Amino acid sequence: MTTITDILSSMDYGPSPEDSSIALGWLERHSGGFGHFINGAFTKPGKTFTVSNPATGQELAKVTQGTAADVDTAVTAARKAQPKWAALAGHERAKYLYALARHVQQHSRFLAVLESLDNGKPIRESRDIDIPLVARHLYHHAGWAELLEDEFPGAEPIGVCGQVIPWNFPLLMLAWKIAPALAAGNTVVLKPAEYTPLTALAFAEIAVECGLPKGVLNIVTGDGETGAAIVAHDGIDKIAFTGSTEVGRLIRRQTAGSGKSLTLELGGKSPFVVFADADLDAAVEGVVDAIWFNQGQVCCAGARILVAEAVAERFETLLKARMATLRVGDPLDKSTDIGAIVHPVQLDRIRDLVGQGVAQGAVLHQGTAPEGCFYPPTLATGVEPASILATEEIFGPVVTLTPFRTPADALSLANNTRYGLAASIWSENVNLCLDIASKIKAGVIWINCTNVFDAGAGFGGYRESGFGREGGREGMGAYLAHPAPRTKKPEAAPPAPDATPHTGGQAQGIDRTAKLYIAGKQTRPDSGYSYTVQGGKAAVGLAGLGNRKDIRNAVEAANKATGWGKANGHNRAQVLYYLGENLSARAPEFEERLRSFGAGKGAAAEEVATAIRRCFWYAAQADKFDGAVHQTKSAHGTLAMNEPLGVIGIACPLAHPLLGFVSTVLPAISMGNSVVTVPSQAHPLAATDFYQVLETSDVPAGVVNIVTGPRDDLAKTLAQHDEVAGMWYFGTPDGGRMVEAESAGNLKQTWVEDGAARDWTGAEGQGRIFLEHATQVKNIWVPYGE
Amino acid sequence: MAVDVKAPIQGKTHPVPARTGAGHERNPGMPLTPEMFESHALNRSAAERRTATLAARRSVKKAYQAAWLVNALRCIDLTTLAGDDTAARVRRLCAKARNPLAPHIKEGLGLGDMPLTTGAVCVYPTMVNHAARALEGSGIPVASVATGFPTGLMPLNLRLEEIRYAVAEGADEIDIVITREHVLTANWQALYDEICAMREACGPAHLKAILATGDLQTLRNTYAASMVAMQAGADFIKTSTGKESVNATLPVSLVMIRALRDYGAVTGYRIGFKPAGGMKSAKEALTWQILMKEELGRDWLNPDLFRFGASSMLGDIERQLEHHVTGRYASSSRHAIA
Repeated sequence: MTTITDILSSMDYGPSPEDSSIALGWLERHSGGFGHFINGAFTKPGKTFTVSNPATGQELAKVTQGTAADVDTAVTAARKAQPKWAALAGHERAKYLYALARHVQQHSRFLAVLESLDNGKPIRESRDIDIPLVARHLYHHAGWAELLEDEFPGAEPIGVCGQVIPWNFPLLMLAWKIAPALAAGNTVVLKPAEYTPLTALAFAEIAVECGLPKGVLNIVTGDGETGAAIVAHDGIDKIAFTGSTEVGRLIRRQTAGSGKSLTLELGGKSPFVVFADADLDAAVEGVVDAIWFNQGQVCCAGARILVAEAVAERFETLLKARMATLRVGDPLDKSTDIGAIVHPVQLDRIRDLVGQGVAQGAVLHQGTAPEGCFYPPTLATGVEPASILATEEIFGPVVTLTPFRTPADALSLANNTRYGLAASIWSENVNLCLDIASKIKAGVIWINCTNVFDAGAGFGGYRESGFGREGGREGMGAYLAHPAPRTKKPEAAPPAPDATPHTGGQAQGIDRTAKLYIAGKQTRPDSGYSYTVQGGKAAVGLAGLGNRKDIRNAVEAANKATGWGKANGHNRAQVLYYLGENLSARAPEFEERLRSFGAGKGAAAEEVATAIRRCFWYAAQADKFDGAVHQTKSAHGTLAMNEPLGVIGIACPLAHPLLGFVSTVLPAISMGNSVVTVPSQAHPLAATDFYQVLETSDVPAGVVNIVTGPRDDLAKTLAQHDEVAGMWYFGTPDGGRMVEAESAGNLKQTWVEDGAARDWTGAEGQGRIFLEHATQVKNIWVPYGE
Repeated sequence: MAVDVKAPIQGKTHPVPARTGAGHERNPGMPLTPEMFESHALNRSAAERRTATLAARRSVKKAYQAAWLVNALRCIDLTTLAGDDTAARVRRLCAKARNPLAPHIKEGLGLGDMPLTTGAVCVYPTMVNHAARALEGSGIPVASVATGFPTGLMPLNLRLEEIRYAVAEGADEIDIVITREHVLTANWQALYDEICAMREACGPAHLKAILATGDLQTLRNTYAASMVAMQAGADFIKTSTGKESVNATLPVSLVMIRALRDYGAVTGYRIGFKPAGGMKSAKEALTWQILMKEELGRDWLNPDLFRFGASSMLGDIERQLEHHVTGRYASSSRHAIA
């Protein structure tokens, strides 16, 4: 036996195990296996699979593999419960969410221990981070339920939400998913990850304890096949997925054209940028919180340290010293920093990736880890940007270190990734921090901190890290629908462009040539062909037959027009006002053009007048569509900034040749995007007339690019283009499906509607919804205190 | 930095009582080198985050907890610095310093034969003589505050004379206070010269430099003052007098111990650390020790490199240790007071 005298000599910490008997007793009572939680009750266990404790390999429970039939039963229950749940007053739903929050707190240690048993994460984290954040999320959304009608007037729930969550924060991800869904009046079918379903099942019991109405929350367990059955189910209105980018891409393709709303929170390879004037000890501790938190199995983990060359050696020395004090081992020991990797399959993946990195020249510096499903904290140096360790999400306690020379160098390394989930910036220079924060392409930026979370701020990514936000006002928005316009008569596909001479005869006066408009220049189509534009009675002219090379050139030009997004709102407003002024000066010409397409005199005049008003409306919005400062943690400013997406591709509806063009292009450029637009395929000449207005209104080259031609062919090239960040498509159902499916390549944000549904002449033709689609929210966390 | 990096001197476990710096070569100081601190960045939010999670990251239970509390006890500078101090009061304090635990507790912990005392006794200069006599033969060092404690706003010659007086009375350690003005006006040369002079006045007695971090306010000031004190030859750096409105805090302590780590990395000399003021509970004794072990390693849990300026903590530690021995929650009325 170790005596106190011995300990006085060693001053070791000794064992400090968390008692797991209550959680194990609960599992013992369920040793017959868990069924699904459907319609307020547990089903009988079906075909089960084993859930194990990764730290010991011991079996914890048997859990049912959900079938398509199980999913169908759950969706039916959710569908049945939804109208009544949505019809409750917000206050009533708030009471349920409040009760769930309270009961999570009351069962906090039970849930924390169960989570650590199931997932392998240290009890410190499940106890101090995961479960308190679960309760916080439920409280916060009890608030949104209460305030829904006041804060989101006119919004409606989406319906039945299918939610598929990962294994890294099992109960927290459940809370992130169900809290906004239930607050908004949706009902839920949720599938926890197959490695870690236990706290979700415990939560189902808590829902029963709270008296949550049956069918509102349904939990179906199973593997990826069960998830696929949820994604594919026709009775689901929205899919929310958190997990790998690979699966996110599959879901994007699978749901294309289904009309399901979709939010994806996917992978990351987040940069952790340390400048020479940073508090280096603070940054080292930041690395601990970034990559040695939750065994590095964190989507927003700061996995790429970029450090100023001037301090790189010192930083590495400090980091290695800190790494040596990390304790890897029993997740239930209160002195453990790093617990078990969630599953041997994941451990193999980590080992494999690190092995490949070493083969490519990486040098490893590692701590120690016990035998079993554990991996030591690992620092990899000598990692070049092309190395697999720098590009692939490892999802393990492995961080790379790369020196940089200048802030510009740091920025290009930081943005040299497919992903855009998070970033961490370390410097005592506020100018530098905010400059870099504004330029890194990521949804969450932590300045002098990392992995700080709060329900009051949105969380979600740019680029291939997905779209949609969770938390805060922006997260609530993702579970609410504004009644979308519908039409009885969907837009029919236009006839294929005829690129042969027409028999319509020569128009009066001097011939006018409509070209494409790319990079601020009138450009002949690459194809060398033109197609006939029909008017009300006969052909009225020719338009260029654009092809994929024209799109390529237009996107390149749009991508270079970066100054536009950096210009301030007032500058953009001036240009938009000027557009209105110059359009007004040419109003008769545009009216005549519209009449040539068959519009009546009054309708043509009204369409032009509306277009002029829209110039003013979006000019007015250019400096007013603001972000917010979120209430999160004390002594933190959390700035939610609306940022442009970048390059947006726009395929315009066939009708309203001028308004369909102006109403989509203006909101996009007013927010600082540049656009590549395919105007009405049938009547593109109003848009090509418009480039003369653009030219006289100081719109910088490349901000608006116009490519006329076959809409769906051109839209497909845009949807596939990796430099295009957003794609708006107003057209046929088939075209919409194509756009959504093709957008999966870089997971660009899409906005797809029937081209005939929206009344472009009325209130539906402009509004904040356009601005919301034209922006993404970046949350910048700035702690303060001296 | 144009300073040779020396290998750190290896420490070892010391028997109690141990004088400050007992196990290693004394810090001789070095020329004033502002580049070691002037551009050193410090982020308070990060320091607060680190210290807030520290106690949750490590846990000591059962026998380990008891041992850690015993260790804390032998690092305590048992202190009385009050206007109503008398010879009898000091003798009582010294008696407690010699026997900080009731015999049955010590026995119950299996420490019957182990010499167990507090780290030192700390008093005003005029009380040093009483303390030295009361502690004779115990090996327990006598520490004296000096230099116009607690504000230090006295002419330098008088402050130096006060040091020489205390040393002559028998003090082994001198807890000096710095002139806060020199820090607030960034007059590093004046601060350095003053502490060098104090170090010289101390002679063989060890110098513990009280920075009064509650007055310095910022972490940058704290780091700079720590570094200047060490460059001027301080053996220990200490947070507070106990008389400022804010005394020992974990974020300030974190910055000071990282300063002494950095000084050691450059010079090879080991400097001790003493948080003082405001710490009362046994739980805090554990937290501070965890801080030392995590940031500096096991050697900084020895009384030659770590001291608590916290007298009332002793009572709570004794109660917790009795609970460990008997399984019953204890009452301080059954323990001897200091």
